[in-house]
Amino acid sequence: MTILSGGKILVAALGRQTLAPIRNLGKLGTFFFWGLVNIFTLPFQFYKVIEQVCFIGAKSVFVITLTGAFTGMVLGLQGYYALTKFGSEGMLGSAVALSLIREMGPVLTAVMVIGRAGSAMAAEIGIMRISEQIDALETMSIDPVRFLVSPRIAAAVISFPLLTALFDVIGIIGGYLTGSMLLGINSGVYFARVESSVLMKDVTGGFIKAVVFALVVVAICCFKGFYTHLSKEGFGSKGVSLSTTSAVVISCVLVLVTDYVLTSILL
Amino acid sequence: MTTPLIQLRDIHKTFGSNPVLNGINLDIYRGEITTIIGKSGGGKSVLLKHIIGLLEPDSGEILLDGQPLSAMKKCDRKSLKQKFSYMFQGNALFDSLNVYENVALPLKEKTSLPDREIRKRVGEKMAQLDIAGIGDRYPAEISGGMKKRVALARALVTNPEIILFDEPTTGLDPIRKNAVHGMISDYQKKFGFTGVVVSHEIPDIFYISQRIAMLNNGRIIFEGSPDEIQQAQVPEIQNFIYGMENRRSVFNGSGHQTYVEQRFNQEKLRLCDHNITFSLIIFTLENFSEITEHADHMAGQTVLTNLTERIRHHINITDSCSRCGLNKIALLLSNTDIEQARAFCQHLSKEIKGNDLLDIKPYPGFCFSIRAGFAQATRECSLEALMEKAESTSNPFYTFNIF
Repeated sequence: MTILSGGKILVAALGRQTLAPIRNLGKLGTFFFWGLVNIFTLPFQFYKVIEQVCFIGAKSVFVITLTGAFTGMVLGLQGYYALTKFGSEGMLGSAVALSLIREMGPVLTAVMVIGRAGSAMAAEIGIMRISEQIDALETMSIDPVRFLVSPRIAAAVISFPLLTALFDVIGIIGGYLTGSMLLGINSGVYFARVESSVLMKDVTGGFIKAVVFALVVVAICCFKGFYTHLSKEGFGSKGVSLSTTSAVVISCVLVLVTDYVLTSILL
Repeated sequence: MTTPLIQLRDIHKTFGSNPVLNGINLDIYRGEITTIIGKSGGGKSVLLKHIIGLLEPDSGEILLDGQPLSAMKKCDRKSLKQKFSYMFQGNALFDSLNVYENVALPLKEKTSLPDREIRKRVGEKMAQLDIAGIGDRYPAEISGGMKKRVALARALVTNPEIILFDEPTTGLDPIRKNAVHGMISDYQKKFGFTGVVVSHEIPDIFYISQRIAMLNNGRIIFEGSPDEIQQAQVPEIQNFIYGMENRRSVFNGSGHQTYVEQRFNQEKLRLCDHNITFSLIIFTLENFSEITEHADHMAGQTVLTNLTERIRHHINITDSCSRCGLNKIALLLSNTDIEQARAFCQHLSKEIKGNDLLDIKPYPGFCFSIRAGFAQATRECSLEALMEKAESTSNPFYTFNIF
């Protein structure tokens, strides 16, 4: 092999490595676009959306309640000890409410739903792919993106803000439990601070984040499941497990990256 | 001459470095059942997936009603697809939907029929396929045969114009297999759909097909009527059709003894009525299990299958040669006495080359030996007695060694 041909091979490999993620990004974009467009094409898939709202939303209520309560309680504890150093423990209500509504509520809700519903979406669609069920939909001229992805996108957009709101409320109550009932802050002061410090802008910002996270999570999880068969790392059941893992990891990372970007825009 | 409904022109498809289709040319005519036969793993399912558009060819053209699919707009292709139905080899049932929902899905999603009408149509199809009572069960809760019939019901429920069946009867018992074949044939006559079937059910599939195409090494090597394929003097085709019979005999353990029995009874009648003598030769592959253990699990089968084929090239049409046990071949020679049988065997041993009987690269020390035993039939003897007699006189016939 000459140095020249070796160099060509190196450049070609580098080109392939660069182009592959760009191609995947394009594919993800198209996939997501058609998933979104098909929510609004007739006939509406009303029952499928309700079914998915039940799966993504209603069935996540328990885990969100639990996570929200303990997050609020920890914030209450930590906040109290930090604020007492400055003699401003009366601000605990503001600290808990703002950190929950602006940041922790949307982010932790998204992370919990990724673990509960996102992984299930990737695995279910992945198994449908490897068992030719998606091919079967295509042969029946049923658009698999419309059939499988669109109802999930719609359901996630409905469920995420509601779950976030639940997380926020339960978290504030959790903060109250530790701050007022355990550590003795006056409950009237706690809730007065919550009311006075939280602006509509904070609530709207939290909901915007929840909606964007919903789109990111569903797009990644469904995309990973849908294209399981193209994975070069593993085939069959191993391919599905790898797709599910990467769906969860990528979604979590993207939620945090998106959170930073959105925070910097919304502030 | 009528234009074929589907035309495949020089279709090539390669997966990685593995070429699967090497220039397929095939015509599928409207209102006919065309069956594609060929070895397992030879690309038959890949070919079907090209027809329905699940796979795109690397090169070549698929024409529908004379129109190339690649030149059609996406919306035209989509509406065209609605004329098709596909029954998958692995059934591809939706495992989160119950049987009724699986069958009803294409009607629910692609038609605006009222629920009552959908229920009626689905109920009819399920009753015809003997799966009426399992509507509320899930695919994981039913047997393989039932899954096959659910997939068939789903393929037929929309009354499509073109149906592609990928091994529709694999895994079914003989009665249900015949029922499914009968149903495909009846529906085809009733509704006039165009069917493309991938099947290994030889010869049963010949009775319901108007055309047979044989796929070998990524090419269509034969296209014609069932009668024509059975008369075709192409070795690959003959070997495939007989080979199928041989394999079947090996796995059910009984060989083609029924066929040998039939021939024996016919010859015995000739012997009794017209005094026309016949002989039986039993070939025994001695170290069958040793070959299977040391070389390859199919090596012993390959030697026997290839030997059967070699023998068939040297016998008359009135003679019959079939497997009659795990490591035995029975050769019934009509109009032949024992001395003529011995002479035939001597001639055969000179013609056979050990390497021809193997499809594997033999390892050092590899050997196999075949014994041959002869018996001439008498008016009183039974087939069992004749076979025992032949085996008792067994002598070395052919030995092959690699040193």
